[in-house]
Amino acid sequence: MSPQVSAEALKRIDVAGTDPALIRNFCIIAHIDHGKSTLADRMLQITGAVKPRDMRAQYLDRMDIERERGITIKSQAVRMPWEVDGTPHALNMIDTPGHVDFTYEVSRSLAACEGTLLLVDAAQGIEAQTLANLYLALENDLTIIPVLNKIDLPAAQPEKYAEELANLIGAEPEDVLRVSGKTGEGVEAVLDRIVTEINPPVGDPDAPSRAMIFDSVYDTYRGVVTYVRVVDGMLRSRERIEMLSTGTTHDLLEIGVSSPEPVPSKGLGVGEVGYLITGVKDVRQSKVGDTVTSARRPAEEPVAGYSEPKPMVFSGLFPIDGSDYPALRDALDKLKLNDAALVYEPETSVALGFGFRCGFLGLLHLEITRDRLEREFDLSLISTAPSVVYRVVMEDGSEHIVTNPSEYPEGKVAHVYEPMVRATVLTPSDYVGAVMELCQSKRGQMQGMDYLSEDRVELRYRLPLAEIVFDFFDQLKSRTKGYASLDYAEDGEDASALVKVDILLQGDQVDAFSAVVHKDKAYSYGVSMAGKLKELIPRQQFEVPVQAAVGSRIIARETIRAIRKDVLSKCYGGDISRKRKLLEKQKEGKKRMKMVGSVEVPQEAFIAALSSDDGKAEKK
Amino acid sequence: MPAQPEGGPAPRTGALPEEAAARAGAETFSAYVHVPYCRVRCGYCDFNTYTAEELGPGANREDYREQLGREIALSRRVLADTALASRPFDTVFFGGGTPTLLPAETLAGVLEDLRAGFGLAADAEVTTEANPDSVDAAYFRTLRSAGFTRVSLGMQSAVPHVLDVLDRTHDPARIGGVVAAAKEAGLQVSLDLIYGTPGESLADWRTSLEAVLAHRPDHVSAYSLIVEPGTRMGAQVRRGELPMPAEDDLADKYELADALLGEAGLQWYEVSNFATAPGSRCRHNLAYWRGADWWGYGPGAHSHIGGVRWWNAKHPRAWAGRLEQEASPAVGREVLDADTRALEEIMLALRVDGEYPLARLADSARPVIARLLAEGLLGAETVRTGRIHLTLRGRLLADGIVRELADHLR
Repeated sequence: MSPQVSAEALKRIDVAGTDPALIRNFCIIAHIDHGKSTLADRMLQITGAVKPRDMRAQYLDRMDIERERGITIKSQAVRMPWEVDGTPHALNMIDTPGHVDFTYEVSRSLAACEGTLLLVDAAQGIEAQTLANLYLALENDLTIIPVLNKIDLPAAQPEKYAEELANLIGAEPEDVLRVSGKTGEGVEAVLDRIVTEINPPVGDPDAPSRAMIFDSVYDTYRGVVTYVRVVDGMLRSRERIEMLSTGTTHDLLEIGVSSPEPVPSKGLGVGEVGYLITGVKDVRQSKVGDTVTSARRPAEEPVAGYSEPKPMVFSGLFPIDGSDYPALRDALDKLKLNDAALVYEPETSVALGFGFRCGFLGLLHLEITRDRLEREFDLSLISTAPSVVYRVVMEDGSEHIVTNPSEYPEGKVAHVYEPMVRATVLTPSDYVGAVMELCQSKRGQMQGMDYLSEDRVELRYRLPLAEIVFDFFDQLKSRTKGYASLDYAEDGEDASALVKVDILLQGDQVDAFSAVVHKDKAYSYGVSMAGKLKELIPRQQFEVPVQAAVGSRIIARETIRAIRKDVLSKCYGGDISRKRKLLEKQKEGKKRMKMVGSVEVPQEAFIAALSSDDGKAEKK
Repeated sequence: MPAQPEGGPAPRTGALPEEAAARAGAETFSAYVHVPYCRVRCGYCDFNTYTAEELGPGANREDYREQLGREIALSRRVLADTALASRPFDTVFFGGGTPTLLPAETLAGVLEDLRAGFGLAADAEVTTEANPDSVDAAYFRTLRSAGFTRVSLGMQSAVPHVLDVLDRTHDPARIGGVVAAAKEAGLQVSLDLIYGTPGESLADWRTSLEAVLAHRPDHVSAYSLIVEPGTRMGAQVRRGELPMPAEDDLADKYELADALLGEAGLQWYEVSNFATAPGSRCRHNLAYWRGADWWGYGPGAHSHIGGVRWWNAKHPRAWAGRLEQEASPAVGREVLDADTRALEEIMLALRVDGEYPLARLADSARPVIARLLAEGLLGAETVRTGRIHLTLRGRLLADGIVRELADHLR
């Protein structure tokens, strides 16, 4: 495809000198499998930003995990030329992350735009996360362009979902664009609408420069690449810049735009979206939401909306092979370079040895991190059951922040506070009862309910985060045959009747299995964990009681009976080598056993007990 | 059938390293002859054996003595080249497969070839395994006059539905006559039993044990059934068509065997073996447990000389083909280092009553021994004799005890 914009016209949208009136900044809000990446691919082709020979599927998704799971974890911005009525325009597409754990990053991406495409699968309709992000966009006064994708699918119901979208944003069904990212049908009309409907950016070109960071990515060769949206003034190549939140200054080694490969420029002016390279090695020095200004003439006021990333879910990560501990530390140090939200500190478990207590934005963040550690760094890990942050106030008034159940304080507890979330569930109306029942059983308080269309309902609940982290999502999917979708955002803390349940093997506490649960659920947790361990721990030469306890009170008990036979009688006609190799293998296996008191517990038992179906994150 | 273990390559000449010569000869010298033929393949069996149809051309029973003769010649050459003094065999054991599928004259002939090559000790123990189906009085007489002293009958069970599951075709009623004929011919008799067959009740097992005792054998081997992957029975268990034998059930059956055999005067001397008197113990099997030297002849056979273990090509055709080219039929071997020899020693000798010396263990083993004594896994004689005696419970947990003590080898 030849570029739509002529070489002559391209000069008018040269990076360092484009009139803000010719710039359009937009993003795409979509659910993870509604075809955002495919639509982005078509736009890159149709605008000529990517030559046909360079094209590959899901061009903008960089990590293998992103391509494999079809989700975008980190965003990126792309500049594309597009001409309407003979006037060339520069369209900056900011690719937003599509998952609930990254709400803050989404909000910064939205803040960098004046408009958004609301992209919805014409066969599935809108999902909860999309809705949540749509509300965010509306709060940011973004222009919303509704688009139905995948109209080529036989199961597409464009009439139905156009009406749903129109209702949501207060438009007419005819205003909803219909495209196929796969065939390219309707994509040019989308590009035209971006130019005609979305406002150009407005800023003061003469004010001290201010740019908002909406993403920063660590690159092995170039260090941290920071993506910014310029609000006022101009950032110039080679000048010294300052990060307003910390006051640190850096030399600007390179500045430019992605189109989509990096193109250095002399500077970035008002409304432009592009990247900076300063040579820093850690994304923590270039935080999402922070304001970049010129060190020579710094701005007084930061761009609004900055906040520090806050871990919500904690889990212990332990190497299965204890000698991998240094490798795990190095791997976390490397991941941290590219993940400002990842926090960790060394942790020692009696049962699991040396590892790290890690904090994550949410379950997906946890799962992606563990996945990357195992895949990119070739580590085998055990992760303990995810936990939230509890605030425990003792009767003497002292206060403990507990991110690890095994550190739950002993003694007289006055109050325990747990983090709460505002959850939105979208479900076909047939399953409203099932969803309400689930939310009730998870200690949810209903906040409201709306019909989006005749057969689709939005339910709003306030729920403890701990319940969501446990197995809420899996249960939601199984009770609604996979049709319901979930989004949640943090919503303060509540005092709750929580207790810590310990698991004892032959009277010795196994720290990795301790959990903080609601007092009404302590018994069922204890029974299920004791039962699971009874199945998972091999019989020993002596009888082993498995108990669950709240404080000193035993609430459940199972017994692993003593083994009676542990001998092979055959000798395979003199094949001693085979028998010895079996023994050597068993001896190796014994080395990987963890001793809890005098009980040998295989690694596999820990893994199986901790990675039950409970508490699994969304797998897509 | 199990794959051969992984080891290093074996030299084409079969030559042994010098250190083998230095260590060989401390114990007795034995021959094992593998006869890889069966009339039918039993569902549980993973030994190296072939029915006539499975064998195909190029390997047949008629040529078997001649082919074994080549390996006997090779063994003479190799041992002479290793500068090992020629020794007569203390024990010879014919196993399979079904050795008694061969005519008695063929077995006698092979024994004759072994005698011609190495000689037989004056009190040599010569055993063959036998299928009750394929032997009679005349067969036994021929064996006895050739120098055989012992027959090990694969009885397995006295209960028809158990024999059915094992695919055994013999009529249990025949056993009495066969045992009598063997004794008549002057052979010692061992009866081999399998317990823990899917569907076998404790009462079934008692029936088998009582039947065995009624025949008054000199020796009984009782092996628990091991369901091996790759066998027909393994597949049946995997598909859920047969129940997997439960470990506790196996323990009950072992305890019952120990009790009934013991009452009848058959004392255990190795975990799975019981004898009426020290003189009726199977010396050939003891040679394995004691780490003695033996040459294994035939396809897939394993050998051990002075800390070197090797194993032959499994398929009869591959085995015979190598010998025809005057090459060693060995396809892999291991030269054991001191640690491995020590590990094998405890693994093997601990199973034999009063065999393994406490002196082989480091001082760090003392608290472990004390605990095992206190828990009733080792008998009090252990302390008196300085050699390990397992109790009944200890025998059932022998592998676990080996794993514990193996951390404390001197």
